[in-house]
Amino acid sequence: MHELSLAQSIIDLVEEQRGGEPFARVRTIRVSIGQLSNVDPRALEFGFEVVARGTVAEGASLAIDRPPGRAYCTDCSATVEIATRTDACPTCAGYRWVAVGGEELRVIDLEVD
Amino acid sequence: MCGVCGCGTEAKIVGAHEHPHSHAHAHDGHEHPHAHPHAHDHGHDHAHPPEAQRRIRVERDILEKNDRFAGENRLAFQAARTLALNLVSSPGAGKTSLLVRTLEKAMGRYPLAVIEGDQQTSLDAQRIKATGAPALQINTGKMCHLDATMVADAVAELGPTEDGVLFIENVGNLVCPAGFDLGEAAKVVLVSVTEGEDKPLKYPDMFHAAGLVIVTKIDLLPHLDFDIRALVANVRRINSATEVLRVSARTGEGMDGWFAWLDARRHEVEEAR
Repeated sequence: MHELSLAQSIIDLVEEQRGGEPFARVRTIRVSIGQLSNVDPRALEFGFEVVARGTVAEGASLAIDRPPGRAYCTDCSATVEIATRTDACPTCAGYRWVAVGGEELRVIDLEVD
Repeated sequence: MCGVCGCGTEAKIVGAHEHPHSHAHAHDGHEHPHAHPHAHDHGHDHAHPPEAQRRIRVERDILEKNDRFAGENRLAFQAARTLALNLVSSPGAGKTSLLVRTLEKAMGRYPLAVIEGDQQTSLDAQRIKATGAPALQINTGKMCHLDATMVADAVAELGPTEDGVLFIENVGNLVCPAGFDLGEAAKVVLVSVTEGEDKPLKYPDMFHAAGLVIVTKIDLLPHLDFDIRALVANVRRINSATEVLRVSARTGEGMDGWFAWLDARRHEVEEAR
């Protein structure tokens, strides 16, 4: 359940942000969780709800973007979409590809008031 | 509370000497942002004017803090010419046994030290210390992985392993430790022959992150239907670059390859000076 740690890190970032630009509460936290990252969005939502209690983010909703996995295939030189790490390159069926997108774990923005 | 830890309890370093250091771990510069919920109590819940609602751009990595500590650990390791390795596997794959065997053979050749991560107990650190090597136990409590702040604290306690090898034995878990950089030179993933050939496909993130894969307990092969070539093929499917070694810590078979790998990595650390 490393999603719990990640949820805590999200709240830490929100707290830091509030230090610079004060706000009363957070309505929505938009995060980007790439499809090739090793994070389960439902576990993250659950963990977030738990660790947000008693913090400025209590009651905030998590809006989770899921950018797709993208890979560069070193065998056929194609840039392709990949759903999981176990997928073969859809153009040449090889496995020698490197991820070029979909690994991100980022806080994008906050909706606050 | 540890910065990236959601459990609310601080990871404990179980030192050899039980001086109750209050652990206000001074990582200078960057503060430890506790979730101090200072009651800015707008008891009035009257609707704020709509113009008060606004969007704030953040655009920061969720793992930013861990990665910052990991970067500092990495710089400290480079400065001390320490080869730091992050050993990961499922529970019971033989991380501690491999380490004990390694230390028994390599002690005296170059400085060696071990950071042990477990949820509870200091049993592993005791096994390591019995070899004469310095070891420090981190109890992660409810946490399923080590993070870079825990390792920074442990290194501060343990001291630098100059010109040597620091083994960081992570919590037995093939999922969570994959996402947390500790500042290591490489993740060494162990998989035992009793676990099944499909492990790399079931836990691809970890095998993808591997700088080395070690197949352990190969002395058991005659008693099993384990197809080691199928395992290696599955590793290659996830990670075409990594080396795969076959080792038995019990009989010592394959340990030469492991020591050769360590020597090559140590050489790289020296070259990078």
